[in-house]
Amino acid sequence: MREIRSMLNAVGQSVPRKDGIGKATGQARYADDLRFPGMLHGRTIRSTIPCGRLAAVRLGFDPAGFTVVDHRDIPGRNVVTLIADDQPCLVEREIRHVAEPVLLLAHENREALLGASVALEEEPAEPVFDPERSPTAFKTILIEKGDLAAGFAEADHVVEGTYCTGHQEHVYIEPQAVIAVPEDGGMTVYGSIQCPFYAHRALAVILGDAVARVRVIQTETGGGFGGKEEYPSGIAAHAALLALKSDRPVKLIYDRVEDMLATTKRHPAIVRHRTGLTRDGRLVAMDIEVILDGGAYQTLSAVVLSRGSIHAAGPYRCDNIRIAARAMFTNTPPNGAFRGFGAPQTQFGVEVHMERIAEALGLDPVRLRERNLLRPGDTTATGQRVGQDCAALEVLRTAVRRSGFRRKRKAYAGTGRGIGLAMYWHGSGFTGSGELKLASRATIELTATGVRVLTSSTELGQGTRTMHAQIVADALGVPYEQVEVAMPDTGLVPDSGPTVASRTCMVVGRILQRAAEEIRAKLGDATPAEYFRRHGPLAVTGQYEQPEWIRWDEIDYRGDAYAAYAWGCDVVEVELDRDTWEVRPVRVTVVNEIGKAIHPALARGQVEGGTVQGLGYALLERVVMRNGAMANAQLTNYIIPTTLDTPKLDVVLLEHPYDGGPFGAKGLGELPIDGPAPAVVNAIRQLGIDVRGIPAVPEAIREAACASP
Amino acid sequence: MRTAVSRLELLQPRSLQHALRMLRDEGPLTPLAGATDLYVAVNFGTLDSTRFLNLWGLEPLRRITLCGDTLRIGALATYTSLIRSRLVRQRLPILARAALEVGGVQIQNRGTLGGNVANASPAGDTLPVLAVAEAVVVLRSVDRERRVPFAEFYTGYRQTVRRPDELIVGLEIPPVEGRQWFRKVGTRAAQAISKVVIAAVRGSSPRIALGSVAPTVIRLSQVEHALGAGAGMDEAVHRLDQDIQPIDDLRSTADYRRDVAGNLLQRFWAETGGLSS
Amino acid sequence: MRFTLNAREVELNVAPLARLLDVLREDCGLTGTKEGCGEGECGACTVLVDGEAVCACLVPVAQVEGAEVVTIEGLGDDHPLQRAFMDEVGAQCGICTPGMILTAITLGPRPSLAKIRRGLAGNLCRCTGYEAIYRAIHRAS
Repeated sequence: MREIRSMLNAVGQSVPRKDGIGKATGQARYADDLRFPGMLHGRTIRSTIPCGRLAAVRLGFDPAGFTVVDHRDIPGRNVVTLIADDQPCLVEREIRHVAEPVLLLAHENREALLGASVALEEEPAEPVFDPERSPTAFKTILIEKGDLAAGFAEADHVVEGTYCTGHQEHVYIEPQAVIAVPEDGGMTVYGSIQCPFYAHRALAVILGDAVARVRVIQTETGGGFGGKEEYPSGIAAHAALLALKSDRPVKLIYDRVEDMLATTKRHPAIVRHRTGLTRDGRLVAMDIEVILDGGAYQTLSAVVLSRGSIHAAGPYRCDNIRIAARAMFTNTPPNGAFRGFGAPQTQFGVEVHMERIAEALGLDPVRLRERNLLRPGDTTATGQRVGQDCAALEVLRTAVRRSGFRRKRKAYAGTGRGIGLAMYWHGSGFTGSGELKLASRATIELTATGVRVLTSSTELGQGTRTMHAQIVADALGVPYEQVEVAMPDTGLVPDSGPTVASRTCMVVGRILQRAAEEIRAKLGDATPAEYFRRHGPLAVTGQYEQPEWIRWDEIDYRGDAYAAYAWGCDVVEVELDRDTWEVRPVRVTVVNEIGKAIHPALARGQVEGGTVQGLGYALLERVVMRNGAMANAQLTNYIIPTTLDTPKLDVVLLEHPYDGGPFGAKGLGELPIDGPAPAVVNAIRQLGIDVRGIPAVPEAIREAACASP
Repeated sequence: MRTAVSRLELLQPRSLQHALRMLRDEGPLTPLAGATDLYVAVNFGTLDSTRFLNLWGLEPLRRITLCGDTLRIGALATYTSLIRSRLVRQRLPILARAALEVGGVQIQNRGTLGGNVANASPAGDTLPVLAVAEAVVVLRSVDRERRVPFAEFYTGYRQTVRRPDELIVGLEIPPVEGRQWFRKVGTRAAQAISKVVIAAVRGSSPRIALGSVAPTVIRLSQVEHALGAGAGMDEAVHRLDQDIQPIDDLRSTADYRRDVAGNLLQRFWAETGGLSS
Repeated sequence: MRFTLNAREVELNVAPLARLLDVLREDCGLTGTKEGCGEGECGACTVLVDGEAVCACLVPVAQVEGAEVVTIEGLGDDHPLQRAFMDEVGAQCGICTPGMILTAITLGPRPSLAKIRRGLAGNLCRCTGYEAIYRAIHRAS
């Protein structure tokens, strides 16, 4: 009896992950592990200049046995459809960045394919690399609250500063990979794809009437972090065009160098703050400017900018705020989705700025934050009243206590050690009325042995399948083991929206919870299997229902930007080697409030992984751009943290349930990457080095130290 | 364009003598040991050779022995075997230390000392150690063996005195008197290419060598003389500045390398002071 | 050429400088060994050759002539490390997991945290921050 009870409570337990054993035995099938009869290998020929025109393409090989595709082979529209339809699937004339796809080749022998030479005749034009000098803005946003001038008039002190963040490369360990298979007049694409319906929509536009139907199936995916959100749509189209022309399956796998050169990265940002404070450290005016480098096409820059702007004032209350933000065109490969989606950049700015305010006013950094943090009932920059689950103060106090911040701050003064902290918050789900527009759906159907969950939410390692199964198991009152989760296949599952924006648990999980409750009501006393035996198939599809209190004005950026926020505080201790200017993080304390940990071990894994990715962003990961191209596009030269670069992590999860989420859960996936960079830099600042940008590589720290008084 | 590996040739010698005959009679051939650098060149299509000589099976070249007072390390000794060797740890601990900082265990299990020397990268992690140990490179061809002092082995960026018919068969390391010191500064804590690497010995006359600050690994003879003659650190750092020619590259800057080289020189001197004779 | 693969003799006719990785995946059909970078940086392709961890993307197949090669498939599905990686969520996306487990095998019994960290420095993981991997290895030992 006790055992059955515990099985009926999957939520809150670290149950075995659905995909665990396949991954631990090597049996899990990733895209590159699949083979189809008659399969060809594909390759992409890319531009070599950042700006100009394509004059001619010359094949330096015997085309026998090759399939060659250029823009003229596109039966539909030559565009990778997303927010703005500005990015071509294949270059026609205009080249906007290095590594832009121009020509596609396929051959059954990979060596022959990779040995084929193609000469591009390109006419260079003057590129734009500096986002501040770019004449073209993809998107501008203005958020205004209160009266900024009145706020500054009230201020005793004004502190200003500029904070810069660099590109970041996703470095999912499995590079981009898709396979297109022509089947019965249709086209099926298998791949390492975060958002199968994005790829599905893009394929339909590009293939047009040439195929009767398009189907996209996610294969096991070796990490995404946003890098497989929108970008695979173009790769899927490339493979499909080759498959269409050759009438053979075509596998298109990027090697690491191509992946780093061509695919999207985190937007570099410049954030400027001008802040008015009273003598005792109360924020009375925040004037913030945000500039994102969007790269050569819009991709998702507009919404990255949106999330970045909304988070730009940090988790603080202030009556008078202006946030003016713009995403700019440059002749570099387009930047796109990356875990955090604009928020890590702007929160880096505000949290290092808060540290500088504390320094300038001679205030304790914890006190300054305590004084200004949002409390339940306070309003954000967009005027949203935060709910009772607002845990900003509690995460700060817990982190400060747990890490021994105050004691260490004193003890480390004048030594080679520093300790710094950063507060952060992260909105769950799409911004404003975005979720309403998505109108996501999710299905639960009975099977002979239990139930099956059908969603388009993808497993990228974060635990989607496991966590959805837990929610359904408990909502339905069946053992976790009896819940199957289907692989996302657009031919089979409803569109549950993309697997992004920390929405898969809170938003899709909530739809599943309601659908499960509906099925529960229909089953009566029967188990799903019994009902299935007696009455045959039963499926319930739930749809997103927006909480009725949400109001959002898309034009003025006023209102309830997110249904819920998760809260965090990081304390980082670093050690500086003054001979080499190397900074090593030695201990990190992370306190995250996430509503409810559906699966504590998975939740902890998200926090630990996101924190280390954030430490890499802060200290190691530098994209060297030369003439618009990543010059260090190799894992030898673009450095992510190894075991020896990763400090001891102390993770605390707090739970203040949000009643609009399943079992109280809020979004978690992105939250932990917001904190490490500002906390690291604030720890370095304690050493008397005026660092205001990342990555804080030793060369940059040395320069800052030489410039610091 | 990637190199087609099916078109590459690999000759399989049965013995060292056989390998040397192949080098003489069937050359030009590129000797291949642990192959840790081969496929990067294949991937980028920058391989300048299509014919290779497989040394990996030549077991006698893996030995690490003491011959009289000389430590002899076979060219095929892997980094792992250097790390594990009691002889190396006793006589030249900074070589084991350098080996420990080369790549991860996977690379340590495959990369060889002879390969590091032959590859002639200015960033080779073991090279400053061999320079301060005043190692001798043992080169053999079919009809002769010659011994080249390490200081004379490199003639320029990625250039050595090895002739196409010769193999590096081993390194001979005479006893090293004095306190040994090593420091690698890479782009991260592990699996990194050096930005600056320094090996030094504090004996009756100091020896100091640096990697990644010039076209080849270099001995800082001016600095050594100055310090040996009792000059102050300012003078030593000034001379170091004249001895090195660091550059800006993907991994670091010339300024940083210059600064760090000077700091590490001071650190070496400070940490080994008071204990020397 | 011949070698022993997961305790079975194999005989293959392949180019001598073909990468062991490609031979395992394409000629032997063992796709549990993954390619992450092709230059020995990430360790996803780690296999054991005569008991030592190597990156299969850097090993010419001719150099395993007569050797014993073990891939993740050679561990079966009930190795203590596999179970521990399940229990501690040491695998997230799973692409680094086969290589991580094979390297972990070479750490020997009851490795200290310091030894684990040094031993795994050649295996990159982008998902876990490594902590769950340490927990898994501790649990298995």
